Amino acid sequence: MRYVAPTTVDEARSLLAEHPGSQVFAGATDLVPQIRAGRPAPLVLVDLKRIDRLMTVTHEDGQWRIGAATPASDLTRNSDFTAMFPGLSEGMGLIGSDQIQNRSSLGGNLVNASPAADSVPSMIANAVQAVIATGDGTRTVPVAEIATGPGRTSLADGEFIIEFTVADPPAGTSDAYLRMIPRTEMDIAIVGSAVRLTVDGDIVTDANVVLGAVAPTAVTVPDAVAALIGATINAGLIDDSVMNTLADAASAACNPIDDKRGTVTYRRQVAGVLTRRAAAIAAGRAQNGA
Amino acid sequence: MSRTHITCTVNGDPVDFLASDDTSLLDALRDELGLTGAKEGCGTGDCGACSVLIDGRLNCSCLVFAPEAEGSDIVTVEGIADGDRLHPLQQTFLEGAALQCGICTPGVLIAAKALLDENPDPTETEIRYALAGNLCRCTGYDKIIRSVQEAAVRLKGVVR
Repeated sequence: MRYVAPTTVDEARSLLAEHPGSQVFAGATDLVPQIRAGRPAPLVLVDLKRIDRLMTVTHEDGQWRIGAATPASDLTRNSDFTAMFPGLSEGMGLIGSDQIQNRSSLGGNLVNASPAADSVPSMIANAVQAVIATGDGTRTVPVAEIATGPGRTSLADGEFIIEFTVADPPAGTSDAYLRMIPRTEMDIAIVGSAVRLTVDGDIVTDANVVLGAVAPTAVTVPDAVAALIGATINAGLIDDSVMNTLADAASAACNPIDDKRGTVTYRRQVAGVLTRRAAAIAAGRAQNGA
Repeated sequence: MSRTHITCTVNGDPVDFLASDDTSLLDALRDELGLTGAKEGCGTGDCGACSVLIDGRLNCSCLVFAPEAEGSDIVTVEGIADGDRLHPLQQTFLEGAALQCGICTPGVLIAAKALLDENPDPTETEIRYALAGNLCRCTGYDKIIRSVQEAAVRLKGVVR
């Protein structure tokens, strides 16, 4: 295995074209365990962390650009980012230990394509876009279109994510992410639920609900969105009948696996419970300008 | 396989060494530089026994490929004492018997140092979260937490 560390996107693109079957990486927090577990090591390993653009976070003209290899801790410690996207920030803050968060990246979490990736539901809920380096240019696609199944993505050979872009949320908007794990830290989600809400006074005017770990890829829940839009918030609480519809819609959207960490029945039920709670948190944040 | 020449700083000293590209930084530290403080527990970033600071940030050195270290500033457990004077964390771990077999201890000390460098007055909860990536299979965590708390108190008394 040969290690190369390009310093520009173009250089990385050329290296990938020259060496079919090479592998890009950022934190290697999934790659190294996979190689250790027997996945064939790539012939050429392309470290993306020496490319400034992939390690830079900027906020200009109402838009964030987040380098795809930026360590999670750069974002979770960024108070402006966390104030605008508390759910996305808390999702990233749940991925492994401090050691892992100093290496792991949004780009890696997305293209590793684990159904349980904790940053992905919130990225989708916030309509984050991925800017992809292609063989001869770039293309920009919604994050929701990247993962196609466990460990599989829509990226072609030689393509890699340069950065993510996301617009500042409209006024009265906030988000929340909750996950269920069988212990309190350092585990993989059996359900993750991201809710983003926009409120105008006491009325929910826009919403997005995305579940993780309950299907081969993250799933958006249109029925849950429909339940939330138009809902009234009384004294900080969303109406209970809306919450019940929301929870039922979340449970119904699940297509989970049955494994030692959680049964199908349990995951379905928890998806409803977490979505309710995430909606309540997001509503509170949206109303309080958090 | 050909080996890459790597130049970096370890515990304040400029060093250079040769390592094949698939060598982990952990193996390079141990086998090329003779710094056997950092340990391999799991080799997959779960246990934290291989923790080191890279450019001031806490990392699992088992997840880092040795060539990534080019130009970086690395601190291992061997570098935290001041000559013969133990770091307050090392001293309080000894006094508080915060270790039994000691395999996890170098990683715990580095993780605790990373915490205290950034947050000199952490709560117990903050300490427990900061050390969540460091697994101990024998001492139990209470003595470790108490020793970090005591070290924080002592560190506040000295100019750093």
